[in-house]
Amino acid sequence: MERVVRLENFGHSFAAPGFVYRPTHPEQVEEIFAAAGQNGLHVGLRGAGRSYGDAATNTGEIVMDMQRMNRILDWDPDTGVIQVEPGVTIGQLWEYIIEDGWWPPVVPGTMAPTIGGCLASNVHGKNNWKAGTIGEHVLSFSALLPSGQQVTCSPTKNKELFYAMIGGMGILGVFVSIRMQMKRIYSGDLEVYAWAEPDLERSLAALDEAKDSDYVVGWVDATPRRSRLGRGQMHTARYLEEGEDASPLRSFRPQHQILPDTILGLVPKAVTWRFMRPVMNNLGVWAGNTGKYLMNRTLGNHKRYLQSLVAFNFLLDYVPDWERAYGPGGLIQYQSFLPKETAHDAYAGMLQLCKRRRLPSYLGVIKRHRPDDFLISHSLDGFSLALDFPVSKRSRTRLLQLLTDLNQIVLQAGGRFYFAKDSSLNPTEVSQYLGQKTIAAFRRIKERVDPEGLLQSDLYRRCFTDGVG
Amino acid sequence: MEKDRELPANTPLSVHKRAVIVGASSGIGAALARRLIDEGYFVALLARRVNEMERLADEINSQAGEKKALVYQHDVNDHEAIPGLFQTILRELKGIDTLVYVSGAQYPTAFSEYNFDQDAETIEVNLLGAVAWLGRAASFFEHLGDGQIVAVSSVAGDRGRVGNPAYHASKAGLSTYLESLRNRLTRSGINVLTVKPGFVDTETLRRNAKSTFGVISPDKAAAGIWRAMRRRRQVVYLPGWWRWMMLVIRHIPSFIFRRLSF
Repeated sequence: MERVVRLENFGHSFAAPGFVYRPTHPEQVEEIFAAAGQNGLHVGLRGAGRSYGDAATNTGEIVMDMQRMNRILDWDPDTGVIQVEPGVTIGQLWEYIIEDGWWPPVVPGTMAPTIGGCLASNVHGKNNWKAGTIGEHVLSFSALLPSGQQVTCSPTKNKELFYAMIGGMGILGVFVSIRMQMKRIYSGDLEVYAWAEPDLERSLAALDEAKDSDYVVGWVDATPRRSRLGRGQMHTARYLEEGEDASPLRSFRPQHQILPDTILGLVPKAVTWRFMRPVMNNLGVWAGNTGKYLMNRTLGNHKRYLQSLVAFNFLLDYVPDWERAYGPGGLIQYQSFLPKETAHDAYAGMLQLCKRRRLPSYLGVIKRHRPDDFLISHSLDGFSLALDFPVSKRSRTRLLQLLTDLNQIVLQAGGRFYFAKDSSLNPTEVSQYLGQKTIAAFRRIKERVDPEGLLQSDLYRRCFTDGVG
Repeated sequence: MEKDRELPANTPLSVHKRAVIVGASSGIGAALARRLIDEGYFVALLARRVNEMERLADEINSQAGEKKALVYQHDVNDHEAIPGLFQTILRELKGIDTLVYVSGAQYPTAFSEYNFDQDAETIEVNLLGAVAWLGRAASFFEHLGDGQIVAVSSVAGDRGRVGNPAYHASKAGLSTYLESLRNRLTRSGINVLTVKPGFVDTETLRRNAKSTFGVISPDKAAAGIWRAMRRRRQVVYLPGWWRWMMLVIRHIPSFIFRRLSF
């Protein structure tokens, strides 16, 4: 009983009790598997708990928290190859390598997640078109399977498992060490270019046109009236070439990178979310978004400036605990991926549907994507739109209904989903999204590496079974 | 473990509270189970009489068109079974938000009767069983920093009257235990509700009935308990006027009280 903990998701919209074990060595992982098997319990894996849905919870069962396996095992500053344990965070990683002139090739919007969690979700950043997902930069990994076997996988060795475990949401095995290639950089700054677009069609077109930049991302406003839905601010960024930054050693320094802890040198950021909370309602967010757009279109339009890698990449870390601003019900994020041909019409329909149901998204982000080779892959040649929705006791049922209807639009437009962000899919929708062939392949691998079905999570039971293990 | 015993877990957008009811085969426990189901809960029903509970669960599940109630046979005197059973329920019910202790024993007792077996059984069911279950739940909820404990005590616990010393003592003990739990757990965000019914039309009452007044139905009692649960109250008398009645009775001085015959 002393191990029972209330585990939450990133958005604080979901909590579930679990019995938490925190291994520090691979041998302890094996012991936990053995103990779980003997007691008829299942094991769920958890890193930093930054997924938006129920991927890292396992109600009433064992949760293996990997954050204590957080050693950097090997680092070669000449080749940029690093070997880490799964609990090493993105933050730990960049701080370790930046002063040698390297940067993680793909990072998510916050530096809190663990590498193990990032691989399990196969995360992408604002550079998905150019750099792919994080899995594409993994040279090899070794993993412990619930069957007791330890395996090493790479794109050439145990290829099938390599492409299934990355993106496999921690359902096939436990990463114990990971070798990755980092990216050479010649400055700690990026050159960022920002401009505004007046509607969804032009926002998407602009993103497509700019896709060959190192980074490209757009903020879209999901709150205004029909013709202006999807207006927003686009950003591209590029790494500086060798010699462009006269003193890279200075811009590499953590002091240069690390985000300031006050806003305008005055308001401590740690309390910012408390000031945001009172305006986090439909009206306040509409006003905020409109104000932001008008600023972007006037003062911030067609601006080119230098910004540190950390400030550009980890926008979600800019306001600590920002997700608390959404109030006690928390938030969920809904991210859907659509082929470039169908994206505009489907997204326009989806944004209008949200408006009609009076459940507007408070934050919309668009990105450009390309397909990858992983078995469970959210990516395709097209766009993604990530929508943040506040959750409350009263709105939950309506929100689920809305997302179910959005899911249908996405599926009919040939779209895909992303389990790290998912809160709404059911097995029928998942099989439409992945296709029978992929699901059969996934089940075959699961059966092979985990014959007793030891590794499970709330998300796994919701999306791949009829609700129970 | 049988898979078909499990209820579906919460998802971020579909959340059901989950309650364990100890003593759910009849009376207030059964009525409260129905009430909580109406309020969107999933429930685990515990009692010795498994047939009654199966019937109740079948009724609940077929009415809902989906499984919402699980049945566990359990004797509250079997203290050793509780930790294992708690864990099993946690897994199969997929979480525990509320623990309700309704089990109670009351034997008809004559004025000069002192029957140790009956008295011991009364104290074991009403107090010791409650301490075993509520302590377990308290520890669990304290770790989670969330939860609700509800226990059915009685107006009989407010004063030791002539009728049934062991019964009065057991309910007084339970009320005091709950007060202590409340004082411990409030700071962890946990609500402890003491329910003090007067006369409720149950099998126990029918066995013991001498002179009763203001009798309410179990459904009415369940409605009152639910209202207090929702408001996260600390003590609720059922019906409410018992609060004033007991306020008076508690203040009757002993030189009068010991001469009264009720």
